[in-house]
Amino acid sequence: MIEIENVRKSFGTLEVLKGIDLTVKKGEVVTVIGGSGSGKSTLLTCINGLEPIDAGRIKVDGTEVHAKSTDLNKLRSKIGIVFQQWNAFPHLTVLENVMLAPRKVLGQSKQAAEEMAVKQLTHVGLGEKLSVYPNRMSGGQQQRMAIARALAMSPEYMLFDEVTSALDPQLVGEVLDTLRMLASEGMTMICVTHEMKFAREVSDRVAFFHKGVMAEIAPPEALFGAPKDPELQKFLAATH
Amino acid sequence: MFNYTFHWNQALKALPQMLDGALITLQIALLSMLIGVVCALALTGFRLSGNRALSGFATAWIEIARNTPALFQIYMAHFGLGNFGIHLSPYTALLVGIAFNNAGYLAENFRGALKAIPDTQARAGRSLGMTALQAFRYIILPQMMRVAFLPTTNQMVWAILMTSLGVTVGMNTDLAGVTQELNARSFRTFEFFALAAVIYYVIAKAVTLAARAIASRMFRY
Repeated sequence: MIEIENVRKSFGTLEVLKGIDLTVKKGEVVTVIGGSGSGKSTLLTCINGLEPIDAGRIKVDGTEVHAKSTDLNKLRSKIGIVFQQWNAFPHLTVLENVMLAPRKVLGQSKQAAEEMAVKQLTHVGLGEKLSVYPNRMSGGQQQRMAIARALAMSPEYMLFDEVTSALDPQLVGEVLDTLRMLASEGMTMICVTHEMKFAREVSDRVAFFHKGVMAEIAPPEALFGAPKDPELQKFLAATH
Repeated sequence: MFNYTFHWNQALKALPQMLDGALITLQIALLSMLIGVVCALALTGFRLSGNRALSGFATAWIEIARNTPALFQIYMAHFGLGNFGIHLSPYTALLVGIAFNNAGYLAENFRGALKAIPDTQARAGRSLGMTALQAFRYIILPQMMRVAFLPTTNQMVWAILMTSLGVTVGMNTDLAGVTQELNARSFRTFEFFALAAVIYYVIAKAVTLAARAIASRMFRY
């Protein structure tokens, strides 16, 4: 369970999160929508401790992320995150990209790491690309590799930060299909996205962020069907 | 206009001697590169350390190495330190001088290489649970090596050519030193130095070609 309580976060004088409360239960899929600069991406990087917070707290399975005593490296190995820019490691093959963290962080044997990597890469449809260098692949393939790389750590939670935003339109579908597949397998996920159709389909709940505040959160039928917040109404009108 | 008769035989007879000298030249260049790389890594670390004394020391070293003549750096290692009672042999002084120069240039290369790797690479590693050190070791460093590799081999070529400055501090066993002695005995300046130049050229070219071959094997991406 991810528990976010009254989290505040500023960059300089700009307050990007103004007291966010959100609880995500095991197996739940929550998507976060909202305009640029609404703070939705920042929230994800706070959840896995890549960014410090100024107030409030975030607990993952009862462990407080920003407590000094927390072993962040250990915690991060159970929270996978995939970014808008996939950040493939260019000097490693696809297989090596996926094997690196399980080998070095979890201390897996080469054989175990390879088995897991092949399994995850096959799962995202890259079973034929094991010995290819990332530069030789399309953005969509690299992004799916990044997803496999995160999954190889056997995370209990997956955070997706606008993972299709940097992709050519014709490549968006293959990545969204991968996310749909994960959701249907029961992975606990928080997805920041601009893909409204996708959000409507996969989410248990959809949260709308506006200027650092979570203005509305509801199941997709309610949020898209009968939006209450006036800013959300404007946002939906503009994106439809 | 010219009435100089070439005597190539004399020079060719001395070839084995000169090749022995070339080995010493190569040895000094290689050692100076090894020491230079280690010092450059330390200097790069010092500069990033945030400690003012360490980064000041590193900056001073790099500035002096890059903006003063290599000849003076070798002179200082021999005669300059001699004034303070530290007497280095011509061989050691030449090695120290070139290593000092190498370290300055290489430190600048390494810093450039580090800058060329986007921050998001380390961030991706950290988000997979790696420590900062692991992310550096397995993600940043291998990519830095590729960026820094060719500039480093250029410095190796430059180090080989710099060894010839050793004659100014009495070095007489390397290629330039041997050539200079042969010249002093025979006054066949053109022949001896032309032959020595060819040997320098062949060594420098061989290093460049070998480096390219190694690079294409090491960096396949």
